[in-house]
Amino acid sequence: MLMYVGRRLLQAIPVFFGTTFLIYFMVFSMPGDPVIALFGDKTPNPAVLAQVTAQYNLDKPFFVQYFLYLGNLFTGNLGVTFSGRNVNDILASALPVTVKLVLMAVVIELLLSITIGLISGLRKGRVIDHSNLVTALVLSSVPPFVALFVAQYFIGIKLGWAPVTVGANTTWGAMFLPALVIALTIYVTGMRLMRGSVIEAQSAEYVRTAAAKGLSRKRIIPVHIARNSLIPVVTNSAASFGALIAGTTVTEGIFNIPGVGYVLFSAIRLGENATVVSFVTILTILYVVVNILVDLLYAVLDPRIRYV
Amino acid sequence: MSDRHVEHFVAPVDPADAIEVDSVSLGDRRSNLWIDAWRDLRRRPLFYISTAIVLLVTTVALFPSLFTDVSPTLNCQLGDSNGGPAAGHPLGFTLQGCDVYSRIINGASTSLSVGVFVILITATIGIPMGAIAAYYGGWIDALLSRIGDIFFAIPYFLAAVVVMSVLSAHRNVFVIAFAIAGFAWASLARILRAEVLQVKNLEYVMASEAVGRSKFSTLLRHVLPNSLTPVIVYLTIALGGAITAEATLSFLGIGLPSSIMSWGGDISRAQTSLRIAPMALFWPSLALTITVLAFIMLGELIRDALDPKARAHR
Repeated sequence: MLMYVGRRLLQAIPVFFGTTFLIYFMVFSMPGDPVIALFGDKTPNPAVLAQVTAQYNLDKPFFVQYFLYLGNLFTGNLGVTFSGRNVNDILASALPVTVKLVLMAVVIELLLSITIGLISGLRKGRVIDHSNLVTALVLSSVPPFVALFVAQYFIGIKLGWAPVTVGANTTWGAMFLPALVIALTIYVTGMRLMRGSVIEAQSAEYVRTAAAKGLSRKRIIPVHIARNSLIPVVTNSAASFGALIAGTTVTEGIFNIPGVGYVLFSAIRLGENATVVSFVTILTILYVVVNILVDLLYAVLDPRIRYV
Repeated sequence: MSDRHVEHFVAPVDPADAIEVDSVSLGDRRSNLWIDAWRDLRRRPLFYISTAIVLLVTTVALFPSLFTDVSPTLNCQLGDSNGGPAAGHPLGFTLQGCDVYSRIINGASTSLSVGVFVILITATIGIPMGAIAAYYGGWIDALLSRIGDIFFAIPYFLAAVVVMSVLSAHRNVFVIAFAIAGFAWASLARILRAEVLQVKNLEYVMASEAVGRSKFSTLLRHVLPNSLTPVIVYLTIALGGAITAEATLSFLGIGLPSSIMSWGGDISRAQTSLRIAPMALFWPSLALTITVLAFIMLGELIRDALDPKARAHR
C-alpha cells in the first residue's frame, strides 16, 4: 500500500509542474501587457508603470517569473486579485461552499445512478429500460447553463419552490436545486455502469446459488445483486467529484453561489485576466489533488489495484 | 478388371442433409463488426431520428437562405423588443427587436463549424499521439503519455477559458476551436492508446511485420484501421460536447463577439430579460439542445452497435 501511495505521488509531480507551467506559459506568450491593462484607458506614468512591472516581477525573464510564482504557490501565498483582495482569504470563504455544493450533487447523482440503473438492469430490454436510457441521455445533452436557466425559471420564478438565487444563504436547502440540476445532467454514466453490472450480476453464480437455496427476490436484489454492483458506480461518482469542483463556474454564476466558481465567473465577465488565470490554476491544482485522493481511495477499497 | 458388386453394409448416405448441417452459408449473411453494427443501427428508430436532425442542422448551416429570408441583423426595430410571435416572425423578437427564428437559422453554421473544427483538430493531434505512443512503446510511449497526462490534468473547459480570456482581441471560430481542442485531444489519445495496445499484439499485426512490412506502414495499414471504433464514437460525442463548450464560452462572454451570430451568445443576451421574455432565451436553447442531443445520441447508438457485449445486454 505504501509503495502504491509513493508511486502515485511521484507520478503527480511532473503533472503538477507541467500544468502550472503550461498555464503560465500560455498567459506569458499571449499578446497584450497586463500592467497597461491594469490602468484601463488611462496612459500610465512611466515611473509608476516601471514600479508596478517590478512589483509583479514582470521585468524578469520568463523562467525566473515562473519559479518565483511556484515559490509563492508552495509557501501558500496565492497572490491578490485584480481588485486587491487576498486570494487566500477568498479561498477560505469560497472553497467550503463549493465543496458543499459538489458533495450534494455527487450524492444525488449516486442515488439516481443506483436506483435507476438497478431498475433498468432488472428490467433489461423492456420499455422502462429504454425510456430510462433515453431520458438520461436527453438530460445529459442539455447544456448545463440551459438546464440551470430552465430550473431557475420554472422552479424558482414560476413555481417559487426554491430560492431563485442563493446569495449569502448557503444552506443545504438553498443549494439543493442547483445540485439536483448538476446531478441530472451527469447521472447517465453512473446509471449505465450500474445497469451493466446488475445485468452481469444476475447471471453470476452466487446469485443463482442464492436463488437455488430458496432466497426470495426481495433479499437477492438488495443483498446479492445491488451490493455487488456498487463498486464501479461509486468509483465513477468519486471521479466526477474533481471534475465538478473544476466545473462549477457556470452553476455558481447563474445561481449566485459565493463559491470558487463564482469568483472565476465574475472575473471572466469583468475581463480580469489575472484573476481568471490564478483561479484556473487553483481549480486545476484542486482537480489534480482530488484525483490523487480518489485514486488512493480506490486502492483502499479495492486491493486488486494496489498490486498491479 | 471385373466389375464386382460392392455391398453396402451401412444405410445409403444422403449427402444433402450433411451439407446442410456442415455448411456455413456464405452467400446470404456476411458478417463482420461493421455489417453487424449497420444491421443493428437500421433496426433502431432513434438512429433515424438523430441522423435526420444531423442532416437538417447541416442543411440549415450550409443554406440558411432556404429557411428564412428575414435578415437576422438588419431591420431590427426596437419597437419590437422582446415582442411575441407576429406575422412572418413565428418565434418573436429578441431584446434588440431582431427576429428570433432568423437568428437561430443563421446561428447554426457557427455552432456546427466550431464542432467540426474541434473534432478535426482533436483527431489531428490525438490520433498520432495515442497511436505512436502505444505502438512504439518504450521511451516514446513514456514521453508522449507524460505530455498527454499534463494536458489531461487541466480540465479542457478551464484551459479554454484562459485562452479565450487572454486572446480577447482575436475571438473567432478558429480561435475558439483551437482553445477547446487544444486540451481535449488528450482524452482521445488515451482512448486510442488503450485500443492500440490491445490490437498491436494480434496475430495479423505480427504477420504483417513478419512478411517485411515496416513498422510505420503496419501501423497505418493494419493497426490504426482496427483501432478506430472507439475513436469514431468519441469524436461523434465530442462534436456535441464542443458545440456545448462554444455556447458556454459565448454565454460567459468570452466566446464569439456579438458580430458573429451564435446560439450561446443569443442565450447570454436573452438572460437579462429572463423574467419578462423567457421565450427569447428558450428557442435558441432548444435549438442548441436538440443539435447536441442528436450528435450525442448518434455517438451512443454507434457505440452500442459496435459493442457486441452491449448488444447482448439489450
